[in-house]
This record gives sequence, structure tokens and C-alpha cells, in this order.
Amino acid sequence: MSAPMAKHDIADLDVLDRRIINRLQDGLPVVEAPFAAVADELAIDEQVLLERLKALKENGVLSRFGPMYHAERLGGGLTLAAMAIPEARFDEIVERVNTFPEVAHNYRREHRLNMWFVLATETPERIAEVIAAIEADTGYPVYNMPKQEEFHVRLHLPV
Amino acid sequence: MTSTTLAMQGNRQPVAELPSTRGDVQRLRALLERGLPLTSRPWQTLAEQCGMSEAEVLALVEHWQADGLIKRLGLVVKHRPLGIRANAMVVWDVPDDQVAALGRRLAAESAVTLCYRRPRRLPEWPYNLFCMIHGTRRPRVLSELDAIVARQGLEQVPHRVLFSTRAYRQHGARYLGE
Repeated sequence: MSAPMAKHDIADLDVLDRRIINRLQDGLPVVEAPFAAVADELAIDEQVLLERLKALKENGVLSRFGPMYHAERLGGGLTLAAMAIPEARFDEIVERVNTFPEVAHNYRREHRLNMWFVLATETPERIAEVIAAIEADTGYPVYNMPKQEEFHVRLHLPV
Repeated sequence: MTSTTLAMQGNRQPVAELPSTRGDVQRLRALLERGLPLTSRPWQTLAEQCGMSEAEVLALVEHWQADGLIKRLGLVVKHRPLGIRANAMVVWDVPDDQVAALGRRLAAESAVTLCYRRPRRLPEWPYNLFCMIHGTRRPRVLSELDAIVARQGLEQVPHRVLFSTRAYRQHGARYLGE
């Protein structure tokens, strides 16, 4: 398979890749040499671990390696928003919505509310401003559905 | 970090009370957001890039983790290259006085990867509890959901499954500029 990986290819992961991903989804210790510590646990060389991680990043399996920030604690705003867009105009409107840098994810879903996106802003007040700007720019209402309570799951996707 | 968040954490002493407005601290956060360098001493690498010592960086990161600013330090996998194509947002219309209890029960289900209470937007949107279920294919996700409904006795709770049909943008949220 030639790099970069085509959009619909499924990554070819071996047993060690899977062990590494499953272990690291549980987090990395905050120590001077964290990869050496994890390599030890997995009974492999630190260099092997780092090379595997670089390869997984290059072929697009890992998007990022680092901290998940708590947006609200950072003083930022975060919300989930939805819009009901007529089929014929969907592509045009999704492009307009995605020109806003605050739009972090945007999914088309099967419902009358068919566009679902996450907004991440530097301040909580900015959420309302961005929503108003999207409504003005597209002419369609935005349904704002901020998180009111989070029920904690163990974030782990076995691969 | 504010004194309010400290108070909420009880009587723990701050280990690295550096003003978050300090330039090098902001730079460290911005660098961290792009991801940890894949080097043997990643904190040392970051320390050099923002003009701190490795010990200072470690203390700050530990502090941010203890304080809840950093929820988790780990890797973020992309779903599609792993063959995870079915992404279902399952939404429930639960009486307000039962939503917290049901949210906790759903979050404990291993197939559920996120679970939030959100406001209804009547009349358009009556659902107030959202959870995500990911899987390789739709039938797998739907059978997981059937199992959850049966196990939790949710046959009478109005719910809907919204599969995603396309991801138009999938990058991590950026909270900080450079």
C-alpha cells in the first residue's frame, strides 16, 4: 500500500500495533521517559515503540498524541449544535459552516436535523456570537445543545 | 488557574502556581495541544522549545492533570482507518428526574463511548440524553443497542439512532492559538 493511505483503506495493523494502541489509550505516565516506561510494560524496546508510533501517525491511524484538554477549565467554550438543511442545499451550506474556524467536527446524520457540528471557542461568550454569525450567513436556525452533565465512560476503543 | 477551581479541589496545595498568562506557559500549552513529540525525552524536547526546564514542564503538566485542566494524556485514534465506519448517536427522551440515573447506567455500558445530558429544543428536538456507539458496521451497532435496551429495560423510553453518513470535518478541537 502506498502512502498516503487512500481514504477508504483500512490500516493494516499487526498484533504489536494493536497492543500499543490499546495500552496507550489508557494514558501515558508523566515521567521523564514515558515511552521507555510503556515499552517496558509491553516488553519491547523504546525505539521500537517510538518507530511504531511514528508509523501509525504517518498512515493516519493516530491523529494526535497528547493531552485532552478540559475546554471549560481552559476558559473556552464548547458545544454541540445542529441544523436542518434541505437536501438540495446541504453541500453548499456545509461548506459555508465549515469556513468558521470554530467548527471542530461536522457530521451529516440521518434526521431532519441533518447537520451536527461541534463548536470550540476561546471564550464561552464567543459560542453565541459564532452561532449568530452562522445563522446570519446561512439563513437557517442553529440549535445549540451544550453539555449539561457528562456521564463518565472509560474511553477505550479496543482494536 | 483560578482560586475557585482550587477551592473545589479541596485543600490540595498548588505544586506549580505559575500565572497562566506567562508567555512560556502559554507556549507550552499551545505546543502540547499539537501533540507530544515522539522522542525519548518528550518533556525535555518541549522544555527546550518554550525555554523552561524539563522539571518545570513535568511539574506543570502534573499540576494541570491533578487540577482537571488536562483530562487525559494519551493517544487519539482515528476511526475510519481502523475500519470503524458506523458512528451512531443514540438519543433518548427521558423524564428530567430520571436522566442522571439513566445516564450513569448507559455510560457504564462498554459499547457506549460518550454520554451527555443536553437540553431539549422543543418542538424540533425532544431528546435530552445523548450517547455514542461506534462499530465496524451498522448491524453490529444496532445489535449492541438492542442488547443495551433489553439489559437496561428501556423498551418504553423513546429513542432514535442517528447514524452519521459523512464526516465533513474531523479535526481535534483547537482551544489555543500559537
